[in-house]
Amino acid sequence: MSVLTQATTDGLVMAKRNLIKVKRIPDLLIFTTIQPVMFVLLFAYVFGGAIHPDGVNYREFLMAGIFTQTVAFGSAITAIGLADDLQKGIIDRFRSLPMARSAVLVGRTTSDLFNNVVVMVVMSLCGLLVGWRIHRGFGYALGAYGIMFAFAFAMSWVAATIGLSVRSVEVAQSAGFIWLFPLTFMSNAFVPTNTLPGWLQAVANWNPMSAVVAAARALFGNQGSAPLPKAWSMEHPEITALGWSLLLLVIFIPLSVRKYRAAAAR
Amino acid sequence: MVDLVASRAGQTTDGAIAARGLVKHYGKVRALDGVDLDVPEGTVLGLLGPNGAGKTTAVRVFTTLLKPDAGTATVAGLDVVRDADEVRRIIGVSGQYAAVDENLTGRENLDMVGRLYHLGKPASLARADELLERFDLVDAANRVVKTYSGGMRRRLDLAGSLVAKPRVLFLDEPTTGLDPRGRLGMWDVIAELVDGGTTLLLTTQYLEEADRLAQSIMVIDHGKVIARGTADELKSQIGGERLELTVSNASELPATEAVLRKVGLGEPSIDDSAKAASIAVQGGSAVLIDALRQLDTAGVVVKDVGIRRPTLDDVFLSLTGHAAEDAAESSDDVAKPTRRGRKEQQS
Repeated sequence: MSVLTQATTDGLVMAKRNLIKVKRIPDLLIFTTIQPVMFVLLFAYVFGGAIHPDGVNYREFLMAGIFTQTVAFGSAITAIGLADDLQKGIIDRFRSLPMARSAVLVGRTTSDLFNNVVVMVVMSLCGLLVGWRIHRGFGYALGAYGIMFAFAFAMSWVAATIGLSVRSVEVAQSAGFIWLFPLTFMSNAFVPTNTLPGWLQAVANWNPMSAVVAAARALFGNQGSAPLPKAWSMEHPEITALGWSLLLLVIFIPLSVRKYRAAAAR
Repeated sequence: MVDLVASRAGQTTDGAIAARGLVKHYGKVRALDGVDLDVPEGTVLGLLGPNGAGKTTAVRVFTTLLKPDAGTATVAGLDVVRDADEVRRIIGVSGQYAAVDENLTGRENLDMVGRLYHLGKPASLARADELLERFDLVDAANRVVKTYSGGMRRRLDLAGSLVAKPRVLFLDEPTTGLDPRGRLGMWDVIAELVDGGTTLLLTTQYLEEADRLAQSIMVIDHGKVIARGTADELKSQIGGERLELTVSNASELPATEAVLRKVGLGEPSIDDSAKAASIAVQGGSAVLIDALRQLDTAGVVVKDVGIRRPTLDDVFLSLTGHAAEDAAESSDDVAKPTRRGRKEQQS
C-alpha cells in the first residue's frame, strides 16, 4: 500500500470513528448549531438596527461574516477533540499501531469539516428566514461556500496544533477559542473596515478572516454598492482567501503531525 | 545488583524482547537507569516494582511510544527506534488505562483496530467476533463501551492488542484497579495466551501476579534492576522455608522449643505474647508431620501450624529495605510525569 493510500484509508477510519460519536451524542452538533443561529438572530435584530453600512442592507452584509466566524470558531472543536483523545490515552493505542502518523489528525479535521457543513446548512436556512439572499446564482454561491470550507479546514489544522500542545481538555477549551475573538472582530465580519481607526484598518484588511468574508460577500452578491477598502487583499479577496488557507495548511499540517509524534511522549 | 542468572549477562543472542543499557530521563529523574533485559521467545518476563519504578517507561520504549536517551531496545531483533514501523506490526500492547473509545461499541472498537492494521473489512470483522467470543464479550458486543464495567473494558483493551495476532505482547499492569474477580478472570486469559506461545513482558506491582504468571521475574526500583531470576530463586535468596506454629497456652512454649530444635535448623524464634514459635526447616511436609507427632507426644496442643515459604513481598523488603507499598507512596512524586494526573487514580 502506498504511503498516500494508507494515509487516506487510515484517516477515513478515524473520521468514521469521530462521526459515530456525533451520531451517538447528537447534543454536540445541536449545541454547535444553536450558537451561530443565535448570533444570526442577535446581530440581525439587536445590532442590525444600530449598524447602517453605506449602500447595503446590514442583514445581507452580515451573513458572510457570521458564516465565516462560525467556521473559524468551529475549529476549536478540533482542539478539544484531540486534547480529549490524548487525555484518555487512546492516542497511545493509535501510536502503537502500524497506521499513518497523520491519520488521527486527518480523521479529526475531516470529521470536523463535516460538522461545519451541517452547521452551515442550518445557518444558511436561518439566514434566508431573516432576509438574506443569494444574488449571483448557484455557481458563485458554491464558490463562496468552497472558500469558507477551505478556510475552516485550514483553521482546523491550526486548532489541531493547539489541541496537541495543551495539557488538558479544559485548557484546550479556552486556548482553542480565545485567539478567535480578536481574529473575528478585528475584521470586516460585522462592520465595514472603513469605520475603524487607520492602523486597525490595515490590520483588518489583511486579516485572513476579512479576505474570506469579502470573498463570500462578493460571490453571494451581498456587497451591494458599498465601497471596497483600498487594499490589494480586499480587491482580490478570492485569491487572498485561498492563499491564506493554503499557507496555513502548509505550515500547520507538518507542525501538528510533528506535535502528534511527540505528544504522547510528554 | 543481584544477578541470579549470571550467565545471561554474557549472552550474545538476543531474545524476542531485549534491552541493553536502557536509559530514559525525565528532567533529573532517571526513570530507566541502565536496564538490561532478555525475554526468550515464548516466555514471560514479569517486571516487578512499585509505582514510579520505571515499569511503564520501559513498556513505552519497547512499544515505540518513547525514544530512549541511551542504550538499545529490540523486539524480535528489530530496533524500536530505527525500525519502529516494523516493530508496530508485530507487537500488541495493552496499557494501564483501557485505551478504548467509549462512544463506540465493543465490536466497533475491535473493527477499528483491525482496519488500522489493514486487515480489510471481512477479515477485520471476523477477527473482532472471534476476540469478542474469546473474551466473553459477545453479549456486550453491540453495546457502547461507556456501559462496560472496568473489567470488561480491560478485556476489550487486551482483545484490541491481540487483533493482529502479535508475536510479542506487552501488558502494563493489566490488573491494576480491577476487583478480585476481574483480576482472576484476567489471569486466566493471560495464562491462556502464554500457553499459546506468545512472548510476553508483563509489568505489575502485585507480587502474587508475577509469581503466578511469569517464569522469570525482574525486580526494578528507581529505574534500576535490583534482582532477577525465577520466583523460586528470588525466594530462596532470602532463606528457605520456615515452620511456624501457634500453641494454645504460653506454658507449652518451652516444650515446643525443644521439639523445634530437634526437627529444625538453627535457633528457633519464640514469641511469648503471641504464643507462637518458628524455625527454619528443610524437607517440607515430612518435617511438618514429624514435628506434629513429637509435639503430640509431648502433650502440646497446637492451634495453628504451617510451612511458610517467603513471599515476594519478603523478597522486595530484603532487596530494597522497604516494602513494595511504602515504595509506592514515597516514589509517587518522582514517578514519570504522566500527563494530566492519569496516574493518580491507581495509588
